[in-house]
Amino acid sequence: MSRWVRYGAAAVALLLLVTLPSWIGNPYYINIASQVLLFAVFALALNILVGYAGLVSLGHAGLLAVAGYTAALLLQAGYGHFLADSGAIVVTLAASAIFAVLALRATGIGFLMITLALGQIIWGIAYRWASLTNGDNGVNVATRPAPFGISLSNAPSFYFFTLVVFLLALASMAMFVRSPFGASLAGTRDQARRMNALGYNVWLIRFLAMMVSGFWTGVAGLLFIYYNQFISPQVAALTTSAEVLLMVIAGGTATLFGPIAGAAIVVIMKNVVSAYIERWNLVLGIIFVLIISFMPEGLVPGSARLARWAWQGLRARFNGADAARPVEERGP
Amino acid sequence: MSLWQSLLDAWQILVNAWPTLTANSFALGGLLFLLSAGFSLIFGLMRIPNLMHGSFFMLGAYLGVSLLDTGLVIGGTLFPNGLSLFGLTILEHAITIPRITLVPRVPEIFAAALISGVIVAVIGGVIERFLLRRLEGQVLPQVLLTLGFAFIIADICLMIWTGDPWQPATPSYLGGAVQVLGIFFPFYRLVILAVAVAIAIALWIMVDWTRLGAMIRAGVDDPPIARVVGIKVSRLFTLIFCLGAALAAFAGVMGAPYLAVYPGLDFDMLPLALIVVILGGTGSLLGALVGSFLIGFLYNFGQAMFPNLAYFILFLPMVLVLVLRPQGLFGRVVA
Repeated sequence: MSRWVRYGAAAVALLLLVTLPSWIGNPYYINIASQVLLFAVFALALNILVGYAGLVSLGHAGLLAVAGYTAALLLQAGYGHFLADSGAIVVTLAASAIFAVLALRATGIGFLMITLALGQIIWGIAYRWASLTNGDNGVNVATRPAPFGISLSNAPSFYFFTLVVFLLALASMAMFVRSPFGASLAGTRDQARRMNALGYNVWLIRFLAMMVSGFWTGVAGLLFIYYNQFISPQVAALTTSAEVLLMVIAGGTATLFGPIAGAAIVVIMKNVVSAYIERWNLVLGIIFVLIISFMPEGLVPGSARLARWAWQGLRARFNGADAARPVEERGP
Repeated sequence: MSLWQSLLDAWQILVNAWPTLTANSFALGGLLFLLSAGFSLIFGLMRIPNLMHGSFFMLGAYLGVSLLDTGLVIGGTLFPNGLSLFGLTILEHAITIPRITLVPRVPEIFAAALISGVIVAVIGGVIERFLLRRLEGQVLPQVLLTLGFAFIIADICLMIWTGDPWQPATPSYLGGAVQVLGIFFPFYRLVILAVAVAIAIALWIMVDWTRLGAMIRAGVDDPPIARVVGIKVSRLFTLIFCLGAALAAFAGVMGAPYLAVYPGLDFDMLPLALIVVILGGTGSLLGALVGSFLIGFLYNFGQAMFPNLAYFILFLPMVLVLVLRPQGLFGRVVA
């Protein structure tokens, strides 16, 4: 029964996502939907590390920027989209491997510190190595690709393209989580020493998780530059890493749909807030503090907990009142 | 430009500018020590990297520069024009403090640095006591909370002090250059160095030779056992957190005439402190000292000689240390 409910919900969600451009209409909102999907891919990638491997990275904006800059610079140098994109993925995987080799010298907080420092170094290179990256002025991406001859220049077509990539990422993530590898990764998160004693190569499992995460981060980076048709050092800044981490923890870590909900919440909130005031960083910080202080398990599980708690409180009061009445007046 | 040409240029810069670069490196190293000593102690004691530390540096610098700008003079009269911060009049009249006039001339910048250190220590103490404390034992939420506050502080500073960089003039009596062995060094840089060395010695005496220091070391080594023998570890946390915040703010003010204050200073300094601590080892004052000067020199010389690659050059020692000695140069392996 519950399985059919779940399939039904997934089918309805898919139908809504596919028909979204036709009932939204306005390109501005379709573009926001594209942003939600591309950041959802990014958040899913980070969730492999944060949720399933228990390794919190604050340098993922750096990897996103590596993919974006490599593709943008290759395109600028006159290479085709296919070559530029595959080159970008290869370079991002190489960068992920360097990140992994260095950051996996530590776990827990040490991992967080090292990824943060590495991410800031990439930001510094993007910002200061002006002869390569054009510094603060950024790099323009002239055209979007046209896979199978379909132009992606207008908002709905780019939305569908992003949707396809997003669904691929989601499917691969669902398979990843249920695979034996996903289980062993969760094992290294919960009981690293026992996994080691059982003969698993904990380091290698974590390294591979980092590579999978790096791959999807690279894909998100490509979507990002094709969406914006521009990249600047701002992308590599700590704010971006913090935003995507907020998406993961806001939605609930180690869940398949948490990061997607988180991406929707953060992207929509960012667009709404930016429309009224310039204080996005302040709002971001306050959301961080509030979520961590009151709903450390994430918005989705946290709201469920609060609702359950409120419901139980109500029921207890109701039952209490009921029990106090004489027997013949009690409800059924 | 060919590789050979750029190497030649770098050599030229080295030959021509090394006295200034050396002085700058010592000054930056000193500032980094003040920043990362607190960071390292907080890390050692509470096991969390305080991601607000760069924000304390920037907030302290802004507060101190504002105090200087309002005309703070310690020689007898405090706030001669009254005090107004953020457009609010806080003091209408000057405050006269006769006893401080006994000191003929305490440079205002030290007074500003001290006052701003105290203010930031109070802010840090409040955050630690009322928010971080509630999350005790939950490392990740604590770190993310400090990250959230880093963003909040950055945006509030942007709101109050706007986006324009602000560089106070080097105090006149600390300006100029001194001649050592026939070579001129900018004097103020050496003042920063001297202050940092004095504080380093004071911290070393505190940690290694006093009862408080023994308690801190016990807390760093084994918090549960330290609690069992009657050390109030949570009170130590607050104390060290305030001390670290004050040192960061103090460094921010001292560094203002040299680095200037600008939005983004916080996230420029934070990774430097992180790298210093990764290099030196967490919880080690000596490690923070050596790491600070190493990074001070690499950063200044790297930026002057190979401006494009300054951040790559910071990356190299980090790679070496992480690969060869992951606990840091002076770090200990914690069981």
